[in-house]
Amino acid sequence: MAILDKHKVLEKNASLLLVFSFLVVTIGGLVEIAPLFYLENTIEEVEGVRPYSPMELAGRDIYVREGCYVCHSQMVRPMRDEVERYGHYSLAAESMYDHPFQWGSKRTGPDLARLGGRYSDDWHVQHLRNPQSVVPESVMPKYAFLERRMIDGEYIEDKMRTHRLVGVPYTDEMLENARADFEAQIDPYSDGADALLERYPGAQLRNFDGQEGISELDALISYLQMLGTLVDFSTFEPVANR
Amino acid sequence: MSKSNKDKEGDVPTTGHSWDGIQELDNPMPRWWLWTFYACILFSLIYVILFPAVPLLKAATPGLLGYSTRAEVEKDIQKFADANADLIAKLEAVELTPEAVMADADLYNYAVQGGGAVFRTYCAQCHGAGAGGVQAQGYPSLLDDDWLWGGALEDIYYTATHGIRNEDDPDARWSEMPAFGDDYLSPEEIAQVVQYVRLISGQEHDAALASSGETVFLDNCAACHTEEGTGDRMVGAPNLTDAIWLYGGDVETLTETVTYARFGVMPTHAERLSEAERRAVAVYVHQLGGGE
Repeated sequence: MAILDKHKVLEKNASLLLVFSFLVVTIGGLVEIAPLFYLENTIEEVEGVRPYSPMELAGRDIYVREGCYVCHSQMVRPMRDEVERYGHYSLAAESMYDHPFQWGSKRTGPDLARLGGRYSDDWHVQHLRNPQSVVPESVMPKYAFLERRMIDGEYIEDKMRTHRLVGVPYTDEMLENARADFEAQIDPYSDGADALLERYPGAQLRNFDGQEGISELDALISYLQMLGTLVDFSTFEPVANR
Repeated sequence: MSKSNKDKEGDVPTTGHSWDGIQELDNPMPRWWLWTFYACILFSLIYVILFPAVPLLKAATPGLLGYSTRAEVEKDIQKFADANADLIAKLEAVELTPEAVMADADLYNYAVQGGGAVFRTYCAQCHGAGAGGVQAQGYPSLLDDDWLWGGALEDIYYTATHGIRNEDDPDARWSEMPAFGDDYLSPEEIAQVVQYVRLISGQEHDAALASSGETVFLDNCAACHTEEGTGDRMVGAPNLTDAIWLYGGDVETLTETVTYARFGVMPTHAERLSEAERRAVAVYVHQLGGGE
């Protein structure tokens, strides 16, 4: 074909080949990468989703540190069997403040995207101490050491600052009160409780592990108990075209 | 052999390149390969037109077929809901008594099987896959006839729906045993009342301590557990005269229970499960053995 013969011009001229290769890669890059910059338009806006409270954020980091994601995903896929087992399918907006996100399909353990409120705090304490004590057929390892490791939230403000750097909308007020909020979350009767709730609506305030002080277990359970609880699905209207 | 010889003879045009006498033949692409390539291009063009594909500023192009995974899963769920619509409607309307549910064999079968599936998904983590509970951890067995909050179908349905002592549901069953170690009872009195509980539950006990424990029991415990210690389902107070223990009937555990109290929580399922699912799981639990 004539057009293919003309291709020889490109093949024989190194500079021209470089220019045209660059052009092709640019077009490919534009098509594949450019839409990502419009993410704000791609993620539908959903009421209720908020950044993690300081303690939830600390718990989330423990979740990541312990490699929970190796066996547990946090993504209910839009399929009937998953929706029936776990609840409403996950929305992109629900993990918009996750760094890193916890999507996946590797499920040695069940999906945890809708875990919040499904079990009591006591159950979580017993289950993390010794999973087989409540679920004999479980293959999950023990995490009893979490309740003995105390944390003080010294660096929680820095951590939140870092998250703000990558796009999580923590306000200056949230950063200033990071440590106070961190400490308030295990005591619903503390002075800072109302302010915490105002900054992080739907946060749960309890002494999660039932022991004195703030342990890693407290932080982890505060995170587990809020998973998937922020969006009110009784009023959520899905946009069809997704 | 003969073919490659022929090439060398010059039946196939060469590109004209030649290095040290080695020539580059200009063979055409194999036909099958070329046509597969064209077919793939055609397929992708049709796909882009029919399905959501090209990302634009606000959203991707929807495609002529209007396919969406969300609509798909909705349709899939609806299909099964429609198939069971009769049974679900009946289940939602039926009076929650064993007689009424069992009167319709199909309905009863649907409730037990469906309730079993719900149980294994939502309840088994605490109450065990076989509903035997977790002994000594406060998760009651649902197989026996010892009920904390009532074992009638209606009672089980209420518990399954609203849960116990959770803060998410204002209708949750609620009661709170005081921690008697906090200023209420001295360690001696606790030791006495523990022995008294051992006495009324027919276990080995210290008779002297138990007899002084009776007064302590009547003054402090009888309001909920009744004077005979048989418990009160209105407040979820367990029967202390039988051999079934939620946390344990040995001296050490009883002392811990009286001193620090217990506060077992069951989550609400009012929003997590549909009305029919909650009714079904109540029927399932009711027929496990202990239903009243």
